Amino acid sequence: MFEEYYDVVVVGAGHAGCEAALACARLNLETIVFTVSVNSIALMPCNPNVGGSSKGHLVREVDALGGEMGKNIDKTFIQSKMLNKSKGPAVHSLRAQADKAEYSRSMRQVLENQEHLTIKQAEVSELILKDNMVEGVKICTGGVYHAKAVVLCTGTYLRARCLCGEAITNTGPNGLQAANHLTQSLEKAGIELVRFKTGTPARMDGRTVDYSKMIEQLGDERIVPFSFSTNPDSIQKEQVKCYLTYTNEKTHEIIRNNLDRSPLYAGVIEGTGPRYCPSIEDKVVRFADKDKHQIFVEPEGLSTNEVYIGGMSSSLPEDVQLKMYRTVPGLENCKIVRNAYAIEYDCINPVQLYPTLEFKKIKNLFAGGQFNGSSGYEEAAAQGIIAGINAAMSVLGKEKITLDRSQAYIGVLIDDLVTKENHEPYRMMTSRAEYRLLLRQDNADLRLRETGYKVGLVSKEEYEKTVRKQELIDEEIDRLKNTYVGSSKRVSDFLNSMGSTELKSGSSLFELISRPELDYYMIAPIDDNRTELDDDVKEQVNINIKYAGYIEKQIKQVEGFKKLEKKKIPEDFDYEKVSGLRNEARQKLIAYNPVSIGQASRISGVSPADISVLLVYLKGRQDIDE
Amino acid sequence: MYISDTIAAISTGMNNSGIGIIRICGEDAFKIASRVFCMPSGKVPDPFDSHRVYYGFIKDGEETIDEVLLIALKAPKSYTREDTVEINCHGGNLVMRRVLITVLNNGARLAEPGEFTKRAFLNGRIDLSKAESVTDVINSENEYALSNSIKQLTGKLTEKIVSLRDKIKYEIAYIESALDDPEHYDLDGYYDSLLGTVDEIYDELIKLKKSFKEGRIISEGINTVIIGRPNVGKSSLLNILTGEDTAIVTDIAGTTRDTLKQNITINGLSLKVTDTAGIRDTDDVIEKIGVDKAMESAKDADLIIMMLDSSEEISNDDIKIFDFIKDKQALILLNKSDLDQKTTEADVRKLTQQCIMSISAKDETGIDEFKDKIKEMFIKGSLEYNDEVIITNERHLFLIDNAIKSLDEVKKVIGDMMPEDFVSIDLKNAYEYLGAVIGEQIGDDIVDEIFSKFCMGK
Repeated sequence: MFEEYYDVVVVGAGHAGCEAALACARLNLETIVFTVSVNSIALMPCNPNVGGSSKGHLVREVDALGGEMGKNIDKTFIQSKMLNKSKGPAVHSLRAQADKAEYSRSMRQVLENQEHLTIKQAEVSELILKDNMVEGVKICTGGVYHAKAVVLCTGTYLRARCLCGEAITNTGPNGLQAANHLTQSLEKAGIELVRFKTGTPARMDGRTVDYSKMIEQLGDERIVPFSFSTNPDSIQKEQVKCYLTYTNEKTHEIIRNNLDRSPLYAGVIEGTGPRYCPSIEDKVVRFADKDKHQIFVEPEGLSTNEVYIGGMSSSLPEDVQLKMYRTVPGLENCKIVRNAYAIEYDCINPVQLYPTLEFKKIKNLFAGGQFNGSSGYEEAAAQGIIAGINAAMSVLGKEKITLDRSQAYIGVLIDDLVTKENHEPYRMMTSRAEYRLLLRQDNADLRLRETGYKVGLVSKEEYEKTVRKQELIDEEIDRLKNTYVGSSKRVSDFLNSMGSTELKSGSSLFELISRPELDYYMIAPIDDNRTELDDDVKEQVNINIKYAGYIEKQIKQVEGFKKLEKKKIPEDFDYEKVSGLRNEARQKLIAYNPVSIGQASRISGVSPADISVLLVYLKGRQDIDE
Repeated sequence: MYISDTIAAISTGMNNSGIGIIRICGEDAFKIASRVFCMPSGKVPDPFDSHRVYYGFIKDGEETIDEVLLIALKAPKSYTREDTVEINCHGGNLVMRRVLITVLNNGARLAEPGEFTKRAFLNGRIDLSKAESVTDVINSENEYALSNSIKQLTGKLTEKIVSLRDKIKYEIAYIESALDDPEHYDLDGYYDSLLGTVDEIYDELIKLKKSFKEGRIISEGINTVIIGRPNVGKSSLLNILTGEDTAIVTDIAGTTRDTLKQNITINGLSLKVTDTAGIRDTDDVIEKIGVDKAMESAKDADLIIMMLDSSEEISNDDIKIFDFIKDKQALILLNKSDLDQKTTEADVRKLTQQCIMSISAKDETGIDEFKDKIKEMFIKGSLEYNDEVIITNERHLFLIDNAIKSLDEVKKVIGDMMPEDFVSIDLKNAYEYLGAVIGEQIGDDIVDEIFSKFCMGK
C-alpha cells in the first residue's frame, strides 16, 4: 500500500481549498492539496467577477488576514469598479472582472511555488478515522495520506449532476469529473449531507454579439486595488468594456411555453437552489409582472472570445436556450459556446461545525466553502482561510481563532452558517451584518491585520504599517477635536462659500466636519496646521468624524453583544439537566450545541426566557465547580 | 440585553393600593435617579448616601409627578447586589406608571419578568439551593407576563402593529436590495416617496401613543379640570358633585399643592376632578392661584369644565380661557342663573364653539342636565374608544415611543441627505421596537422580504 505522511491534507483546490492550503503551508506545515484536475485550480466556473456588494468586503478581509484572493485578482483583473459610491462608506464595494484563465493560472503558480505545499491530482474517496478523530484520507487509486488535520473543500463536485433540459450528465462544473466516492465515507462517519443546486448561464462567441445594441458599462477611472499590499499606482491599466441589455416579452413567452421541459419545473431537480441567484425561468415565473430583466454581457478574459451572459442562467434544453437568448437585443445571431446548465451537489448541514469550522463530532476535521452550504467564490475563500488557519492551529497545538459578528463579515458568514437554519446556498449580503457600519471594506486592515499577524500569515512589516496607520488616524482626529476656529471674517467667508452657516462662537474643526454639507477634505482652507497624510488615512479620518454618531451607537451595541459572546457554554453541557427550558429550545440547543450564550441566543426557537434560564443554570454550575 | 444594563419596574403589584415601589437596578441607577429626583430644596443628592431615605419629588422635566420617599442602596448591599434605587410613590396606580415611564425615558430599560430575581442569583445574592426555584420564578412570571400581555394585545393592536411593520419592512428590503444589487435597483428620488411613507407611519404611531392616555380613561377615570375666574362657583360645583357631607372622597394631595383632586362618580362614570382653585369651602374665599397657572394644570386634562359667572361681564381672563379650550374637550357652565343676568348664553356663544349650559350651583338647578351631558360626551366617547386601537400597557408605550424616536432619526437623515444605508439603520430600529410589542424577534424576515419582493441576482 502506498502511504505518505503530511501535517495537513486539503481536499479540493477551488477558492476555499487554495486559501486553506496556502495558510497551512505558509505556517510551515507540510501540506498536500488534492484536486480532480490540476487545470481546475482556482477555477471560476460561473461569473467572471471577484467582489461585489459585501463580497468585496470578504475579499478585503481575506487579504487582511494574509490570504491570496485579493492579490490574485489585482494581478488578473480586466475591469474594476467601486459599487455604491454614492451611498454610505459601509456599503462601498469593490468588484472586478477577472480574466478567468489568468486568474486560475496565476493562483496555480502561487500554489506551485509555495514551500511546504504539494499539489496532487487525485480523487479523495475516504476519510481515515480513529475514535472520532480524523487521521488522513484515502484516494481512489488506493494511496493513503496520513495527516494530523484534514480540510474538506469539495465545492460542487460531490456526486455532482449537471442538467441541461433532458440532457443530464454526472459531471462536475464545466464538464469536469465529479467526485462520486467521498459521500459514502462521510455518511458512514455520521456526517449529515444535504443536496443543493445552483446554475450558470451560457457563454457566447463574442464575435456573434452585436454590442451596438447594448449599453456600455465602463470601469472606474481610478482603480482601487483589493489587496492592502498592492500599490494602487501599479495596477492602473486599460480596461475592457461590459455591456447591458434586456430580455423582453418575446423571451419570456418562449420560456413560459417551454417550462415543462425545464428540469426545475418538471421536478427532476432534487436540490434546493438559491433565491438570490434565480434562473431566468425562475425570474419569469416568480416576477411575472416584470416586462424585462437586465442582462449583463461580460468578457471571460483577454485570451478568449467567450462572453458571459449574466442574468440568464438556465436549465432549459439547448434548443430552447438558443431561441431564448436570440430574442435579446444584440444576441439575435449569437452562437453558444457553452450551454447554460444547473448543477446539483452534496454538501453538509453546517450546524455540524463549530465556529472554528471544525466538525463537532470529528476532531481535526475541518470544512470550508461551498461544501458548507454557501455559494460564491468569495464566501468560499473566506471560509477556506479560517478552516486552514484552524487546521494549522490544531496541528501546532495553538488556540484556534474565531471571528465574531462584530469583527468581520467572515464572522457573520460563519456564524450564520453554523447557527441558523440554512435552506439554500448561503450568499453574503450587507444586510446580514448588523454592525456593518463598523465592518467596512475600507477598514478591513485595521480590523484584521492583527489577527493575521498573530496567526503568522501577515509579516511584521505589514502589521506595523497598519499599526502606524491607526496611530496617524487617531492623532489626526485628536488634533481636529482640539483645533478651534472662531467667527473670524476668513472663517465666515469660507463657510458662506460652502453654503454652510456662520459660526457665532468658537467651534472645533471636528464639529465643522460633522456638518452634513462639509467634510474633512472641504475644510482644508481653514485648517492651517494640517499636514499632508496618505489617502487611506484621510479617508478613515473623514469617515470616523462624519459618521461618528452612528459609529458610536454601533460600538455601544457591540459591547452588549460581546458580553454574551464571552459567556461560554462548556462543550459537554447537558441540556437535559436544565429544568425550565422549553422543549423546543432544549432540542435546538442539543442539536446545535452552541459555544456561547451569545450563539445560543441567535438560534431560532430559543427565546430570551430560555436564555435567562440557561444563565441561571450555568451560574449555579459554576458555583459547584468553584 | 440580558446582563448588565440598568433596569426598572414597578416592584409592587399593580393593585390600587395607592402606594407602590419603583425599583431601579444596575450601573446607572444613581445617575438615572439624579435625573428624575430632587429634594424640596430643589437640590439633588450628590452623591446619594447608601441606605438613607430621601424625601422629595419625582420630576419629568419641569413637571412634578409625585411626592416620594427614595432609598438608595449601593452595591453590593442590595437585593440584586447592584446599585439600586427604590422610589416609594404615593400617587396611586396612574402616578406610579408615570414615574416608571419617566425613569425609563431617562435611561433605564423595563425589566423582564423575574429579572431582579435573576440578577440577584447571578450576582450570588441568593443561595445556590434556590437555583431551581429562581428558574421557576422566571418561568412563571414569564408565563404570567405573556398571558397578561396577550390580554393587552387586542387583535386590533396586533393587526395595526403588523401592518405598520410590514410597511417598514418593505422599505428596508427595498433599500437593501438596492445596496446589494445597485445595478438592478437604484435609489434616485427614493427619499421623496420614503418620506411620505414614514410620515404616514409616524402619524399612526403618534395616534397610538396618544391612545395610551385615552385607554387610561377607561381604567383610571376621566381626568377632569374645573377652571374659571375666582368666585365663579367652582368649589360649590365640586361640593355638589361630591355631596357636601363627604366633600372629599379620596384626597390625593395635588402635585403642585395648589390644586385638589377628587374622585367622583357620575352615573357609573369615574371622574378624577381637579379644582384649580384649591379651595373647597365657600365662594368668597380668596383664590390662591391665577388663571395662567390653572390653565397649565389643565393642559393634559381629558375634560375641562369652564365656569362663568352670568351675573358679571365677560372678562379678559375668560377670553383667554376660551382660546385655551378651543381645541379641547370642554363644557362651559354659566353659573348663578339665580341672579340677574349680565352675560347670556348668546353672549358666550359668540366667543366659543363649545357646549354651553346654564346652572345655579346655589339652587342646584341644571345639575342633572350637566351630569347627563358629561355622561353623553364620555359614554358615547368611550364607546368610540373601544372601536379604536388603544394601548394600555407602559411596556407597549415605551416601545412605541422608541419606534417614534427612530422614525425621527429617519426624517433627520433624509433631511440631511445622508446616504440610504443610514436610513436603513433607523428603520430597522423602528422595526425592532414594533416587533417587540407583538413579541417578534428580528430574524431572517428582511432577507426573506428582499427575495420575495425584489428580483435579484446575476
